[in-house]
Amino acid sequence: MLAIGRRPLRPSSRPSSATIGLCPPSTQVWNFLPKNLFEQFRRIANFYFLIIFLVQVIVDTPTSPVTSGLPLFFVITVTAIKQGYEDWLRHKADNEVNKYPVTVLENGRRMGTESEKIKVGDVVEVNEDETFPCDLILLQSTRDDDTCFVTTASLDGESNHKTHYTVPDTEKDLDSLSATIECEQPQPDLYKFVGRMHIYKTDREPEIRSLGPENLLLKGATLKNTQRICGVAVYTGMETKMALNYQGKSQKRSAVEKSINAFLLVYLCILVSKALVCTTLKYVWQSKPGQDEPWYNQKTQREKETNLYLKMFTDFLSFMVLFNFIIPVSMYVTVEMQKFLGSFFITWDRDFYDPEIQEGALVNTSDLNEELGQVEYVFTDKTGTLTQNNMEFIECCIDGFQYKYRDAVSELDGFSATDGPVSKLQEKAGKEREELFLRALCLCHTVQVKEPTGRGQDHTDSMAGVDGMEGCPPPHEQTGFIASSPDEVALVKGAMRYGFTFLGMESKKMKIMNRSNAIETYDLLHVLNFDPVRRRMSVIVRSKSGDALLFCKGADSSIFPRVRQEEVEKIRVHVERNATEGYRTLCVAYKKLSPEEYARADADLQAARLALQDREEKLIAVYNQVEAGMTLIGATAVEDRLQEEAAETMEALQGAGIKVWVLTGDKMETAKSTCYACRLFQRGTELLELTVRTLEDGVRKREERLHDLLLEYHKKAVQDVPPTKPGGSRGWSKPSQDFGFIIDGASLSMVFNSSESSSSHYKNLFLQICQNCTTVLCCRMAPLQKAQIVKMVKCSKGSPITLSIGDGANDVSMILEAHVGIGIKGKEGRQAVRNSDYAIPKLKHLKKLLLGHGHLYYVRIAHLVQYFFYKNLCFILPQFLYQFFCGYSQQPLYDAAYLTMYNICFTSMPILAYSLLEQHICVEVLLDNATLYRSIAKNAMLRWVPFFYWTLLGVFHGLLFFFGVRFLFGNPALQANGQVFGNWSYGTIVFTVLVFTVTFKLALDTRHWTWINHFVIWGSLCFYVIFSFFWGGIIWPFLKQQRLYYVFAHMLSSASAWLVIVLLILLSLLPDILLVVLRKPLGPRARQRQAGESGAGGPKSSAQPLLMRTFSDESNTVV
Amino acid sequence: MMASGYNAKEEDGHHSGAPGNGGAGAVKSKKPDNTAFKQQRLPAWQPILTAGTVLPAFFVIGLIFIPIGIGLFVTSNNIKEFEIDYTGIEASSPCYNCAQNYSWNSTSSCTCKVPFTLEQPFESNVFMYYGLSNFYQNHRRYVKSRDDSQLNGDLTSLKSPSKECDPYRTSDGLPIAPCGAIANSLFNDTLELYHLSNGTRTAVVLMKKGIAWWTDKNVKFRNPGGNANLTVAFQGTSKPVNWRTPVFELDPNDPDNNGFINEDFIVWMRTAALPTFRKLYRIIQKKVDAPTLASGKYELEVSYNYPVRSFDGRKRVILSTISWMGGKNPFLGIAYITVGSVCFFLAVVLLIIHHKYDNRCSSADIPN
Repeated sequence: MLAIGRRPLRPSSRPSSATIGLCPPSTQVWNFLPKNLFEQFRRIANFYFLIIFLVQVIVDTPTSPVTSGLPLFFVITVTAIKQGYEDWLRHKADNEVNKYPVTVLENGRRMGTESEKIKVGDVVEVNEDETFPCDLILLQSTRDDDTCFVTTASLDGESNHKTHYTVPDTEKDLDSLSATIECEQPQPDLYKFVGRMHIYKTDREPEIRSLGPENLLLKGATLKNTQRICGVAVYTGMETKMALNYQGKSQKRSAVEKSINAFLLVYLCILVSKALVCTTLKYVWQSKPGQDEPWYNQKTQREKETNLYLKMFTDFLSFMVLFNFIIPVSMYVTVEMQKFLGSFFITWDRDFYDPEIQEGALVNTSDLNEELGQVEYVFTDKTGTLTQNNMEFIECCIDGFQYKYRDAVSELDGFSATDGPVSKLQEKAGKEREELFLRALCLCHTVQVKEPTGRGQDHTDSMAGVDGMEGCPPPHEQTGFIASSPDEVALVKGAMRYGFTFLGMESKKMKIMNRSNAIETYDLLHVLNFDPVRRRMSVIVRSKSGDALLFCKGADSSIFPRVRQEEVEKIRVHVERNATEGYRTLCVAYKKLSPEEYARADADLQAARLALQDREEKLIAVYNQVEAGMTLIGATAVEDRLQEEAAETMEALQGAGIKVWVLTGDKMETAKSTCYACRLFQRGTELLELTVRTLEDGVRKREERLHDLLLEYHKKAVQDVPPTKPGGSRGWSKPSQDFGFIIDGASLSMVFNSSESSSSHYKNLFLQICQNCTTVLCCRMAPLQKAQIVKMVKCSKGSPITLSIGDGANDVSMILEAHVGIGIKGKEGRQAVRNSDYAIPKLKHLKKLLLGHGHLYYVRIAHLVQYFFYKNLCFILPQFLYQFFCGYSQQPLYDAAYLTMYNICFTSMPILAYSLLEQHICVEVLLDNATLYRSIAKNAMLRWVPFFYWTLLGVFHGLLFFFGVRFLFGNPALQANGQVFGNWSYGTIVFTVLVFTVTFKLALDTRHWTWINHFVIWGSLCFYVIFSFFWGGIIWPFLKQQRLYYVFAHMLSSASAWLVIVLLILLSLLPDILLVVLRKPLGPRARQRQAGESGAGGPKSSAQPLLMRTFSDESNTVV
Repeated sequence: MMASGYNAKEEDGHHSGAPGNGGAGAVKSKKPDNTAFKQQRLPAWQPILTAGTVLPAFFVIGLIFIPIGIGLFVTSNNIKEFEIDYTGIEASSPCYNCAQNYSWNSTSSCTCKVPFTLEQPFESNVFMYYGLSNFYQNHRRYVKSRDDSQLNGDLTSLKSPSKECDPYRTSDGLPIAPCGAIANSLFNDTLELYHLSNGTRTAVVLMKKGIAWWTDKNVKFRNPGGNANLTVAFQGTSKPVNWRTPVFELDPNDPDNNGFINEDFIVWMRTAALPTFRKLYRIIQKKVDAPTLASGKYELEVSYNYPVRSFDGRKRVILSTISWMGGKNPFLGIAYITVGSVCFFLAVVLLIIHHKYDNRCSSADIPN
């Protein structure tokens, strides 16, 4: 409850939070650091490193806290800078929203204040072209018809002007108004609002007014064509619909991240078991007499006094610290940087630039780059995505007679006279019917005429304005119409071509100009809005003669049952023919309402609109009641052209092994023809249809029929198909017969909602059928059903990666649901774009986004991850092995400087450069050979087998490094002057071999050497050498021990050290090089495959093992 | 080793009239820059590792490594090495008594003589090492138990050694110089070599310089206040607990080899990598006319000070000549020969497979 104006009668029942900021108010300068640190350490990895660091500080550990503190500090700083920057941007945006000046009426005076200080119940004044600072109930408007125009482009992307109404019969003088408003709890649906306003008047019963969405002005919307309005704030701050609709950036995690976590777990196990083994062995070893504390190596007093178990525990911790480098601290920051920087390549790509809208691609999240290379299912919207959503009126049919609009201007005004029926055999419909039909087209819509720009003055001369228009007849041919749906514009324009022009609406009067250039006005009594469930809309108008007429247009399936059946057949033929040609069809019906009928309908509608509870249901019931028994006049066909290269793109996606599902709200025939046009269905494709039509064939109940059909299709598509290789990973192998599956919304809901026992069974069958079909077409889908389907596939076995692409608000749910959501910067506003992870201007860009960028990103990051684990494994393994030779005393093998710098300096840059620049196959080839996409499908490079390979490689290298040097040190007299090397020389030799091997291994894997790669790889090695000289060349005053003093130089002066370094590096790389040759037998197959691709399909050979992939097609140059 | 093509990708930038860009100026603001980097079109070298390049590489590696390996193996085999264990564990051993009767307190050292025979003469310089087994010089507690700034002659550290030196940091309230476990356990057996020929016992001249790294001796290790009058410099410090003499009496005869810069001390301070190690003890300079050590009977005189029995250690003396690759170590030679032959073998096998396969494959290609 809230009170308006000065006199709050009852206290507000809801807390009135007034801050409007969309982000938690965390971004103060002073508390940024602690807050940010807290947030960062909540991440498990960072927390782990913090613990390690603290252990090092507290416990006597082998390595100084610096060794893990410095990398951690580095990681934290980099992340903090990134987040701080983002916070700053958000802060700036918040301030713009929270702090802009608004005018509040208080005690009859106008007070300026800041938008964030508005409280619920304040009366706010808003001027033209300002945005509303909170959700307002419109009380007063300067327009004299008590309306105001609003555009919600920034909310839902609809750019048309919407009319909102003041609360009926309120006082004009706000000062004397005293009222309370009851309204529902805040909810995110932009188009729903129920409330009630009690107006208190002295000496009278309080009056009650119902409030609906038409009274509610949403925060974020902009006032248009209205000088000033006053409204009372009902929802502010986080309760506004805009704020409720703002879902923080979706927390989508990529499959790669899951793999990383799994690998991390494995390494954590390795780490813990290593520490456990060492601790156990240490105490076993020490139990032998004379080993624990020989005379030359006495313990300190404190050590002697420590409790044995405590000592064991600290020993365990020490080992953990010693080996903790196995979990790469810098991997997270490298992965993050790779993703962040890598995503720029998408925005920079000129191929994504669309000259029409003058924009390129947009990346909303960089977390999912690599997921683009893993897509298995693409769910695409039809309208605006596959098609251009550029509607053109093609033809209409009146009373079963076809009127084709020929694209000739000469015929434009001669429609009635000269435009005969297309077929000479056909006759024209009666003139009356024609005109009725055209009037229906002109009246039954919510289109607005775009007001000429100069026309801001006022509303009073609007009548004159229309009159003036009469003088200069067709201004609308050029001026546009604004509507939420382009179909309506196409229809109105179509009617205009036939001589009926919609001139606009003034104070609930619709004006149309008929063929004889006379103005007809109709009172608009009611609009029965369109919604995707009803799939139709109606208007009730009163003509000059006083008749109440109901015009209804909608999908055939929703109109046909509501009209007299005898008219249906002749129109149905046309509708179906049009639909198969790929046109969008609408049927038009009308009904003359007798005064009594109208009175009842009017009363019912009013009552339903006032209802506080179940208003929706009640309204729909009334709508259904009113829209019955109509007369069908005709049908229209509107063409929606295919997007550029839609067919090529779809073909490429299918070639890449991606299954394309079309999810559309459109009717089946239209969608089917679009599918054919896009080559999603081919000539040979056998269509399995599960629609209301096929379900109603038989005499039996629908459920039984559904059951039978599902089983039949399942048999056809799943069981009879020669079994593909089990294991599923190569599930692509092309079935001998292509199947296409068609299901509509009604059947789908039957599949999902049939009795519990069979539901999961049906769902299962359905899913299996779908998965074996090359293309699935789901038509007549409600937005929620789209998301349902995506979710079903997403959660199916093997949890395939899904991608949704769409352009409209109705696609948002599936865009949010899918792993990767792609928005098309299309005509239906920007809502899809805002909720998407990536936005591209056109459908055709999807091909490069997936096959090019996605593939490369995946390969890059997969290699990055594997390489990181590998390089840290072979870094730490020698250190672990060394424990067996140093009495399990946690003696580090490498100097602290090397331990610290290994991951941040010596080996980090080459892999980062690799992960940004690598193109193992160049983009053109990737785009030309869609099948290459399959080679990385199912997370191929991050499965356990490649992981095992890399781990094995790491173990092999680690063993080699350690024991190679160990055997060398069988005689430590390695210098030509007989002098001996000590333990630090040992470590330095191992480390040198390590750094070089690890870098060369990367160099070996690099297929694309730009100057940056050269610079970074050779630079890193040079840096290592120079650093080692430098580090060992000076007695560092701040170091306690000069362990490495001239160790590196002495190492280089020893021929044996050189020889062993060369030998070990070479031996380590031998398996990798060998693989190149072993992979050779695959060469011809790869060649064959390449040849096959240019033809149709080619043998879908099973993917090559990961490592063999990179060099796939080069071996033909050999011998 | 790599067949490579320098594949500079066609750079379609820099032509201002790029197709489709009719709008020019105004459009430019939002249109992504056409730089090679941003378009991922940096010219790149795309090396292709193929069997064709790898096989010759294997051959080459094999051909290079096998000779090197043989050379190394021969070099190593030519090195003469002689090793005597004088720990005195067995009752028959001449040092048995010394080992058994060892006590920390005895002031007089126990001396034992170990006779041995060199079958072959040792030419050129001979290096004399002592070796210890099961001695964990690489134990963490041991490795860190030193104070490098004290050893570098820092006066503050001399008086207050680092905490790392515990429990060998102070004794009787005085700071220990040099502090720490490493210094404290300095190897203090004295080894002398005598040549027995025709009943005469002649001492072999043992050089004690040049056994430590030059940089250690001249930079890393410094006496506090220079080399002049070490007694004064080390005043107020205590000798390590196990030492018999203070640090400034390590080599009283040679001021350049005394104190912290005593080479035996420096050598000891370079902690060994493995529990079985050897350290350079003395150098026997080669003689002009005769072999450095002629074949024949010799006697090693040990003043047995260093106890190893408590931790099952062993003490050895090693006489060895040195080559350019250091001491005797067949490992490198064998490793090189092995790797070389493996490469060679692989190359041959792969070549055969490759050849056969390629034939079959090309014939299979024809019907295609």
